[in-house]
Order: sequence, then structure tokens, then C-alpha cells
Amino acid sequence: MNNPDIDGHKDAGIDWTRPSDSQPHTQPPVKPQKFFEKRKSVHPQRIDGPFRRFKWLVMLVTLGIYYVTPWLRWDRGPYAPDQAVLVDLAHRRFYMFGIEIWPHEFYFVAGLLIMAGIGLFLVTSAVGRAWCGYSCPQTVWTDVFQHIDRFVDGDRNARMRLDKAPWGPSKIARRALKWTIYLVVSFWTGGAWIMYFADAPTLTVQFWSGTAAPVAYITVAILTATTFALGGFMREQVCIYMCPWPRIQTAMLDEKSLLVTYKDWRGEPRGSVKKSAKNPEEFGDCIDCNQCVAVCPTGIDIREGPQIGCITCALCIDACDRVMKEVGRPRGLIDYATLEDCTREAAGETPRPVWKTLMRPRTLIYFSIWAAIGLSLMFALGTRSHTDLTVAADRNPPFMLMSDGSPRNAFTLKLRNMQSRPRQMEVSLSGLPGGVVWNDRMPRGDAARSMTLTVAADSTQALRTYVLAPPGTASQDFAFVLKSLDAEGESARSETRFSAPGE
Amino acid sequence: MMAEKRIDTPTGTETVGHEWDGIEELDTPMPRWWVWTFIACVIFAIGYVVVYPAIPMVKKATDGTFGWSSRGQLAAEMQAEDGRRAPMLAALSRIPIERLPEDSDLMQQAVAGGRAAFQVNCVQCHGSGAAGSGGYPNLNDDDWLWGGDLKAIEYTLVHGIRHPGDDATRTSMMPAFDGILSPAEVQQVAGHVLSLTGKAAPNPAGAALFDTNCASCHGLDGKGDRAFGAPNLADAIWLYGSSQQQITRQILAPRHGVMPAWQGRLDPVTIKMLAAYVHSLGGGEDFVEVAEDPAVQVDEQP
Repeated sequence: MNNPDIDGHKDAGIDWTRPSDSQPHTQPPVKPQKFFEKRKSVHPQRIDGPFRRFKWLVMLVTLGIYYVTPWLRWDRGPYAPDQAVLVDLAHRRFYMFGIEIWPHEFYFVAGLLIMAGIGLFLVTSAVGRAWCGYSCPQTVWTDVFQHIDRFVDGDRNARMRLDKAPWGPSKIARRALKWTIYLVVSFWTGGAWIMYFADAPTLTVQFWSGTAAPVAYITVAILTATTFALGGFMREQVCIYMCPWPRIQTAMLDEKSLLVTYKDWRGEPRGSVKKSAKNPEEFGDCIDCNQCVAVCPTGIDIREGPQIGCITCALCIDACDRVMKEVGRPRGLIDYATLEDCTREAAGETPRPVWKTLMRPRTLIYFSIWAAIGLSLMFALGTRSHTDLTVAADRNPPFMLMSDGSPRNAFTLKLRNMQSRPRQMEVSLSGLPGGVVWNDRMPRGDAARSMTLTVAADSTQALRTYVLAPPGTASQDFAFVLKSLDAEGESARSETRFSAPGE
Repeated sequence: MMAEKRIDTPTGTETVGHEWDGIEELDTPMPRWWVWTFIACVIFAIGYVVVYPAIPMVKKATDGTFGWSSRGQLAAEMQAEDGRRAPMLAALSRIPIERLPEDSDLMQQAVAGGRAAFQVNCVQCHGSGAAGSGGYPNLNDDDWLWGGDLKAIEYTLVHGIRHPGDDATRTSMMPAFDGILSPAEVQQVAGHVLSLTGKAAPNPAGAALFDTNCASCHGLDGKGDRAFGAPNLADAIWLYGSSQQQITRQILAPRHGVMPAWQGRLDPVTIKMLAAYVHSLGGGEDFVEVAEDPAVQVDEQP
């Protein structure tokens, strides 16, 4: 019944009948096809070479910056924290060495993020996925964890054997040791993160004495867990399945981007040293030793061509170069090359010099945008004012008459002092003839055209201010002028309106 | 369409047995994690029903073994907040109000607390900006019927003005001059009052009548007397209006505002905070200066 067999389909040479329907008894049941591919463990082999050494250097620098930065000190005087880099969420301040950012200047942070984004574009268009291969935290921490693997379990073959071995006391002991080290590194990673958000030495004492804020413990717990899982176990799956960046990058790479490339015209067909010694004309340079696969931290075969799993860490270049040296063939069978150069090289032409690859319009445009944003941020930072004044006029009542008939208005001034020291400031009236100003912290008798006060360090001070004008004054615009009475002499001005009866 | 279940070859999963034009549906089981999450939720819900109020009964829901209630939580939070405010309130209750300005932190807290209390208890008459309206005084200005230093304001708040039932309340009564002065004389007095602020020409007849009938309270110069709550007639502030007609009306049939005594309704600390707030509105007078000159010490209600 309901047999979907349709003659036309059979004519097309396709058998649309279900195997189990058409031949239920004659054929053994077909093994169900799995739609889920289980992860194949990657056990990269130890390798040494220029790129590996460069990776060590990058790892040292990036991890060093990450772990050490919160402990650097920077003297800002008695009114501000002395931590060089501090994101003080509680007090809404961001300190970075000599720079202090307030919430209203968040555009500096936005600018930095835009620079980081364009920086990635620039790096990608110039040297491909260098970010992925060297300095992405996922790459760096995966590298750290793979070295822990190597330290505990030995190199590639030993680890593969141990993986397959049944669970016994020795394997349990090794796994326990390895995962303990994972945990320590993960905890250290999570612990370093919170140091950016509070005074590091104080927080460390608080953390271990159990008096730190709950959010500190929760943050450390989450980051420890994510580092443990992402670095210890998920590793290359993060790059291949989770991270959006490889997808974006595939759209950004072009035939002029530097990629780790297997030069198949030179390597194919593959043959062992023995075979090619017999028939040198028949085989290419690749001796099919699989070293490039063995060292790959994401477990791919670069000889299959550019692929999303390749983070261009260049370890296969190190591996292949060493093998080529041993068998006495020129290095660079696997090498950084652009697709364009590969075509030229395959056709026997000389590849273009690297500087031509780097200095092309696209990279130059990215660089100019990146540099322009950076320069304007620095300009804005250098010329920004550390003083500001905002004025809110009372609306209820807008004005009132004093007993001598003179109209009085009340305002709430906000005086901002972004310097980390108390500053003398002068608030004066501009316009409003005959008007005098005073505030609720001084006697009314001292009312004058201007008032001098001290604004506390690194703060915005609200000040209830009264302005009194002679009887008969009409409603009119005027302005408050703020001036710092120090070497900077910064000033700010805020236009407002004086209300009086008769309007 | 008949139910004929079979094992689907590529996936190895059983079908539900329905078929529409050759399209079948796999009877894929729920993911195991989903099933376990569901079971865990059921178990959690059972525990939740036991420990928290959950099952509605006739009058209220079951109490739950934790004894939690939203009202109880609110009460606990309010109590915690009271605990935090206790030192400030204790300090406020200790300090005499005239010495409050010496402690600027306490003063600021008092002003903030007073602002909150004002918005609940005082705005009905004095307005949310304390600017008052016809018959209700503006508290922002520097004209005070009964004294504008902290102590005088506190006294007014405690005992009220013409508050029946409080023996110490501030009281004054302007007599109605209807029948005492002739209509023409009333107009002359009103003209004199206007001339005090330069709104009318000097009026000798009105001045003579003023000296006889009004000066005992308002003073010869018309500047009033806080001892009687007699308004200053020589300034720009007019509680009942400043036109000749309005002044005439006030002479013939004076109106007398009433402010309730807040003693007993509000606790002494709240009254202190209210006094601090009103004093801070911009017209507050300095207590010490007034006290230094015994002749001007008029804010003690006899």
C-alpha cells in the first residue's frame, strides 16, 4: 500500500524504494547511518622550529600581560587607586596607567573596540588567520593544556596508547594528576580575571579569607569551569564549531592573503623516500610521512587544502621543513603563501615578494582607518577637559519673590572634577545684570557675582544654588561659568534661563 | 493511512507509523537530558510546594515549612533598613535642633529625610515645591510670620498654628474691622498699607487710622511682629493678595489660616527633619544671629 514507487524515478536510474521495503528478507539490515560525528581526539606531537619558538614567545607575552597586569602599580595620589589597570565598576571608573575614563567618556572604550575590530580585519587581510594561530586566548590556553598533556602523559604516541588503554590504577592516577593541573591552571586563569576589577592585593586577601564579594567567587567559578572545559576538553572544537570568527574570516580572505599552504604541484604525487629514489620522475617532494598531521593542534591534514579547521599556527611548516631538511629537499613544501603566488609558482613564475602582499590597497586602507581612529582617540584624550558643569533649574516653583520683591531662582549645579585632587573652582554669573549667586553651604549674606568653592577629588558634586536678581528683573537668559582656579584654568559654561514674574 | 510502525533504515529510529504521500514521521525519543531535566523539575516542584506557600486554601495559601511570606520578607527588609538608619535617627534625636548646622553630614541626612516626609505630609497645602498658594504660605522665601530659624520652624511644626486642642499652639487673631471703621476709613487704611510698599501715594488720613488701629500689632512702620504672627505689610509677600480690594477684604473680615500640630502625628525626629528641610529651602534664618540680640528674640511663643 502507498508504495511511493513511481516509474519516472526508476527511469532516472534512481531507486527510490526503501531497501527495507523492497527487499525485507533477502538483505541483511543496513547499519544505521550516524548523523553525529564523534570527536576524534587530537594528540599533537612535539615539534620545534622557528614558528614554534615564535608561538612560545607570543604565549609568554600574552599570558604574562594577562597574569601580571593587575599587579602593576601606578601612583595617582591619595584620592585614587594605585592599580595601573583597574575597571572600577562600583565607582564607575576605568583606570589605565595615566588615563582615567569616566562613564560619559565611554566612547574611548567604544573606539578601542572598533580599533580592535579593524585591527583584526587588517591582520586577517595581511597575514591571514594569524590571530587564530598565535594570540587568540582559545589557542593560547589550548596550547598550555596540550603541553600539560605532554608533561603528564608523554608525547603523541604515548598519549594515544593511554587513551585506548583500559581504565586501571595507572591511568586513573595519570588522569587525576592531569585534570588537577588543568584545574589549577583554570583556577589561576579565573582568579586573575577578577583582579582587574578590584585592588589586586586586597582582593587576594579577601578572597582567601572568605570576605570577598559573592560575585568574585561566582566569577572565578564560572571562568574556572569555562577554562577547564574549553581549554582542557573542547579545544579545536571551539574553533571549528563554536567560534564565529573563522566564518567571518573565510569571507575576508582573498587570493592575496597569506595562508599556510601545501604546495601540491611540488608535493604530488606522494611517495616514500625509497619509492622516489627508484623513480625520481614519478613522485613529488611529499614523502607522505604524515608529520604535518601529527603536529597539528586541530587535527587536520593541511594537504587537503585551505580549510576552516586550519588556524594557521604554522606548526606543520616547522614539521615539514625539518623532514625536508632530513631528506635533503628544499624547505617550504608547506609554507605561508598566497593563493595567487601558488598559481604563479605552479606555472613556474617567481612569486611576488612578501612586502608586495602586505602593501596592497586593502591592507593600507584598513591600516589608515585603524590609525585614523587611534590618532583621533589620542587627540581627544589629550585635549579633553577635566571639568564640566551642568545646570538644572528648579521647575517648582520656577521663581519666587523675596520679601523685598526681588525674584529668586534655584538651580542644581553639578560640578565635575575629573582630576584626582581637590580643586578650587569659581562659579560666576554671565549676564543677568545685578544678579548675585550663593549656595546652600554658605550664608546668604556672602552672595556675590561669583562664588568660590572646593570640588572634591575625582567626583561630581551637586550644589543647590540660588540666584537673586534686583526687583523688576524680567525673565532672561544667562549662563553659569565654571572656572578652575589652578594651573589648568579649565572652564565650562552652561546656558540657562532666569524666570521672573510677568511672563 | 494506517499505523504501520517500522524501523527507519538510515537513522535506525522507529517511525510513528503514519504516512502521507510517502512522507513519514520518525518517532524520535525525547533527548535523555530533556527527560531528566523534566523529572528534576517535577521533583523540585514537589519540594517547592512543601517548603513555600503554594496551595490555595479557603482563607490563604498553605504556609510552607520555611514560613516565608512576601509580607514577612518586606517586614524583614524594612527592619534591616530601620537598623541601618537607627544611628542617624538616634543622633538626630539627641542633638538640639539649633546645633544641627554644626554637623553638616547629619544636616544633609535630616534635609533628605525631611524632603521625603514633606512630600507625604505637607504638600497638600504648601505644594510639592513648598511654594504655597493663596492663603498657604510659601516656605521658600525669607518672610516668616512666626520666625524662620530652625527652632522657630520646629516649634511651628510641633504645635501648629491656631490648632485647636494644643495649648501651646501659635495663635493670633486680627479683629474684623467691619463696623469698627467706616467703609471710607477702611479704604484709607488700605491705601496707606499700599503706600508702605510704594504702590500708592502717601495717605495721611490712612496713616493716622493705621497708627490708632493697626500699629499695636503690625508696628508703626507696618513691618509686623512675629510675637503675634502679625504679617509684615511693608514687603512684597502677600498671603491673601496685594490689591486694594484684597486688602480691604482682609481688613473687614480677616481670614486666619490653620496649620495642624504635628506633635503626636509625627515622631520628634521626623519633625526635626521637616524643620531642617523647610529651613534649607533658601529662606531659613540663622538661629545664632537672632539669639545674640535679645531684642530680636521674638520666636519664643509666650
